[in-house]
Amino acid sequence: MSEELHRIRLSVNGVTREVELPARRLLSDALRHDLGLTGTHVGCEHGVCGACTVLVDGQPVRACLMFAVSAVDTEITTVEGLTREDGSLGPVQQAFAECHGLQCGFCTPGFLTTVTACLRENPHPSHDEAREMVAGNLCRCTGYQNIVKAVERAAELADPQHPDGQRPVGQQPDAPVEVQR
Amino acid sequence: MKPAPFAYHRPTTLAEALETLAGESYAKVLAGGQSLVPLLSMRIAAPHALVDITAIPGLDTIEVSEAGVRVGALVRHADLLAHPDVRRVQPLVPEALAHVAHATIRNRGTTVGSIVHADAAAEMPVVLSLLGGSVEAASTGGTRTIPAEELFLGPMESALRPDEIATSAFFPALPAGAGVAFEEISRRQGDYALAGVAAVVHGESVRAGFVSVSDVPTVVDLTGVPDDELGEAALAHLDPAEDIHATAGYRAQLVRTLVRRVVTKAREAAA
Ligand SMILES: Cc1cc2nc3c(=O)[nH]c(=O)nc-3n(C[C@H](O)[C@H](O)[C@H](O)COP(=O)(O)OP(=O)(O)OC[C@H]3O[C@@H](n4cnc5c(N)ncnc54)[C@H](O)[C@@H]3O)c2cc1C
Ligand code: FES
Ligand code: FES
Repeated sequence: MSEELHRIRLSVNGVTREVELPARRLLSDALRHDLGLTGTHVGCEHGVCGACTVLVDGQPVRACLMFAVSAVDTEITTVEGLTREDGSLGPVQQAFAECHGLQCGFCTPGFLTTVTACLRENPHPSHDEAREMVAGNLCRCTGYQNIVKAVERAAELADPQHPDGQRPVGQQPDAPVEVQR
Repeated sequence: MKPAPFAYHRPTTLAEALETLAGESYAKVLAGGQSLVPLLSMRIAAPHALVDITAIPGLDTIEVSEAGVRVGALVRHADLLAHPDVRRVQPLVPEALAHVAHATIRNRGTTVGSIVHADAAAEMPVVLSLLGGSVEAASTGGTRTIPAEELFLGPMESALRPDEIATSAFFPALPAGAGVAFEEISRRQGDYALAGVAAVVHGESVRAGFVSVSDVPTVVDLTGVPDDELGEAALAHLDPAEDIHATAGYRAQLVRTLVRRVVTKAREAAA
């Protein structure tokens, strides 16, 4: 017996595309395999690691805990959707690069989507709030210190009042942050 | 691993959902999916059909009255936690909800789904029991109210029949002069608790609910028990188990410490 396929529309990063897939296709797999958006990473596939986190109607959600067929009628944002229109890095991406908030980068898409949504809700997090923002995402490389720094730096970069805020696209930071190698 | 194939239904009315559920031999309701999807992916469960209830309008309301808080089946943990009036009527609900998983999981997971999932390691089933709440269940045959004390039958087993959908849960208001508190210990913030305790103190009455130290959500009446005997009195009704996260002895020690701390805090809140 061949498996029934569902023809659905998914709206991802502002583009609506039609896909045909079985009901059991996880949203994470639909993004990667059916839509070719491999920025969304898959680690544990049961909701624990956070690598697959995408934004659904602006809210961080585990893509491995949602079926693609349940994502119709929603607006999905993946890590590919966090860059500026010209393809340069958005503030959270820029901050992770500056602060050495990644090493292998496997966990990074989940951090970037989560932090983007959290800073929208709380643009000026305290240190504890910055830590709490990333508490649901696992990283096996960085030791988290630089990730928390990156969250705080991203808040500066996204703040138009801050001297570094909304730096024109593509321009290097004025004072490069010391990077440990 | 990936889920086994299943037929997928996405009804847009409750009546249609109930008809579909009644017509399937082995179907599961899909709400937030934060517990069900992992079970499907690990193939611990392989239902023939899923009835996704998230497109049904009207199930996402929170009604706060002087009597208590009624939570619709599609209210996400995050929505209930953010509601401005819930804390005033029943502070134990937000206090416990803040310990349910991480914010990202709370964005999708429903409080009613968590209750009917009936996991003794989860916060909200035992909170419903401690407060003497209830669940409204609907089927093609009609609706019924299931009091919390009749809801939890065994490990992850609720009294909900396979053809029923829980449409809401009701948390009674805290009476004037009563106090509540909640605390838990987990390895990492947002993880399931190694042990957790909720308490309600009202006049002489002291009652506590326990998370992760029994097979079914357990509430113990501790009225009249001296403070230094609270731990042993509670443990007489509990069965802490060993797993990769903690030994049974460590969990028992957490119960002793937490129950005193939480009862004291609830007393202070009542004063
Ligand atoms: C990484 C991670 C950490 C977590 N940590 C915690 C934690 O610390 N504490 C905690 O309590 N929970 C935790 N959870 C679980 C989370 O709270 C779930 O959201 C919740 O247990 C189930 O709600 P749901 O809406 O996602 O239900 P689903 O996963 O959709 O369903 C769960 C079960 O309930 C049934 N069901 C759901 N809704 C209904 C309904 N209305 N009528 C009839 N049947 C229904 C389903 O058929 C299924 O059997 C965690 C989950 C993850 C992935
Ligand atoms: S892959 Fe989804 S949380 Fe780990
Ligand atoms: S950078 Fe390697 S897992 Fe986080």
